[in-house]
Amino acid sequence: MSKSSDSTFANVAPINKMKRSIVSVAAKAVEGHIASAFSILDILWVLYDIVLRIDPQNPDKFDRDRFILSKGHASLGHYVVLAEKGFFPKLELESFCAFNSPLGGHPDWNKVPGVEASTGSLGHGFPMAVGVAMALKIQQSPYKVYTLIGDGECNEGTVWESALLAAHHKLKNLCCVVDYNHSTDRALLVGDLEEKFASFGWDSCSIDGHDHDQIHNALTYQPKDRPYVIVANTIKGYGCKRMENNPEWHHKSPSAHEVTEILEELK
Amino acid sequence: MSMRKQLVKTVERLLAEDEKIILLLGDIGVFGFRNSFKKFPERVYNIGILEQSTVSLAAGLSMTDLIPVVHTITPFVVERCVEQLKDDFCYQKLGGNFVSVGGSYDYAALGCTHHCPADVGLLKMLPGMEIAVPGTAEEFDLLFQQGYANNRPTYYRLSERENPYGFEVTFGKAIVVQEGSSATVVAVGPALKPVLEAVKALDVTVLYYTCVAPFDEETLKNYCTSGKILLCEPYYRGGLVSDIVRSMWPMKVLVDCVGVPLEFLSNYGSAEEHDESIGFTSFNIRKQLENLINA
Repeated sequence: MSKSSDSTFANVAPINKMKRSIVSVAAKAVEGHIASAFSILDILWVLYDIVLRIDPQNPDKFDRDRFILSKGHASLGHYVVLAEKGFFPKLELESFCAFNSPLGGHPDWNKVPGVEASTGSLGHGFPMAVGVAMALKIQQSPYKVYTLIGDGECNEGTVWESALLAAHHKLKNLCCVVDYNHSTDRALLVGDLEEKFASFGWDSCSIDGHDHDQIHNALTYQPKDRPYVIVANTIKGYGCKRMENNPEWHHKSPSAHEVTEILEELK
Repeated sequence: MSMRKQLVKTVERLLAEDEKIILLLGDIGVFGFRNSFKKFPERVYNIGILEQSTVSLAAGLSMTDLIPVVHTITPFVVERCVEQLKDDFCYQKLGGNFVSVGGSYDYAALGCTHHCPADVGLLKMLPGMEIAVPGTAEEFDLLFQQGYANNRPTYYRLSERENPYGFEVTFGKAIVVQEGSSATVVAVGPALKPVLEAVKALDVTVLYYTCVAPFDEETLKNYCTSGKILLCEPYYRGGLVSDIVRSMWPMKVLVDCVGVPLEFLSNYGSAEEHDESIGFTSFNIRKQLENLINA
């Protein structure tokens, strides 16, 4: 998988810059799910750079789109994008997981500007996103709700409860992105997620979750009368050969030597 | 009027007064709320039998400036949803209302899956959770009216069993039912009924609590000179012991407890038969109280 050469989102620099930041921050903190963050970074970048109607200077303004990172352990990916877009100073990233830091291993909506829900335990963010979408529908708001879940998270019953609820209530203002990196295949196969969501009454598509054009096209699709799922085929640890699809890196901090090599690879 | 019917009446009235209220039923009470469904179709939902997602969904509503009211049978809104209540409401500091029905073994004949004497104990372990235990339908109305928009997660424990009369209760404040000098009885919610029978002609103070979180420490401290306290709770016994000891510090206190023992009540029958079986009776309360006074 690779970015298309004629992409609207021409350069890879912001992505690799953010990946380098993730590695440095995680190494310093000796904490963080680097590979999970790499898996979703392209999706989050396109979402925040192009799609979401939000104001980093006024993140709580009621009239806005919302994004809920349901797989909260990929928080580092979210933090670097929020910092890059100006929700908080990039210098703040250096405090990741320190005692008094607002930036924890899982995101906290009461501490981090731009974070819309405190997540961590899997299977919570998605139903909360359903609730936000339902509230916006009741309030006749034109704004949308995006949530991102993992394929491992799809083991949780609440994911499928949420899928039922969103379809039943015709929440066309809700878009769920599944980060399908197959990391939990070793435990429980979740199979054809596009077909599964479609059978629950969702509009659905599958994309290359690292191709910015495909991501953009999918995120800006307007379903007519139902929620919309984007099954994003991704590679866990994308962009760093030693991490790609390597379970050892799910929750590992790189050594000083590894940091040097990874930063060189991400130049 | 039963607490359950009062819930319908209270929520229907508030739905008309406050357009932020959203009612979510777990396929329970649907017939009772039939008028609300007709009057407020955009704000009253029979959401289905998926309590965990319902509580998370309610958090999403709360994040977006609405006031959710979630209602179903006690074990399903409490025990099944403890993590959702902890993470999505308490940790996120969101307001929401969780109204159960069927306290402890009210539904005795349905068996242990439908009992929930653990509700208050479990929820007391969630920081920020407020817990109301009304003893009559009218008290529920007062407490809910005062608390539903307090922007905090609040549990209302409804019971099929009620006290013979109610009080003008205030959320978070205990009522002094009678004053005496030999001991203080702390009665929670529907436990007041057997307590009133048990204390006849005894020189004891009776304090009535319809809110157990926050716990009204001040009233207990001001009305317990004896240092002897009998705690009577309609759920697993001893739930408020730490609150009582902390309230009374540094005074030394003798505390005894009446309530549901920590065991499965695997018989069926009626709630009254279970009362007799576990000793949750006015006779036993009086006996324990006299023992405490003489200790």
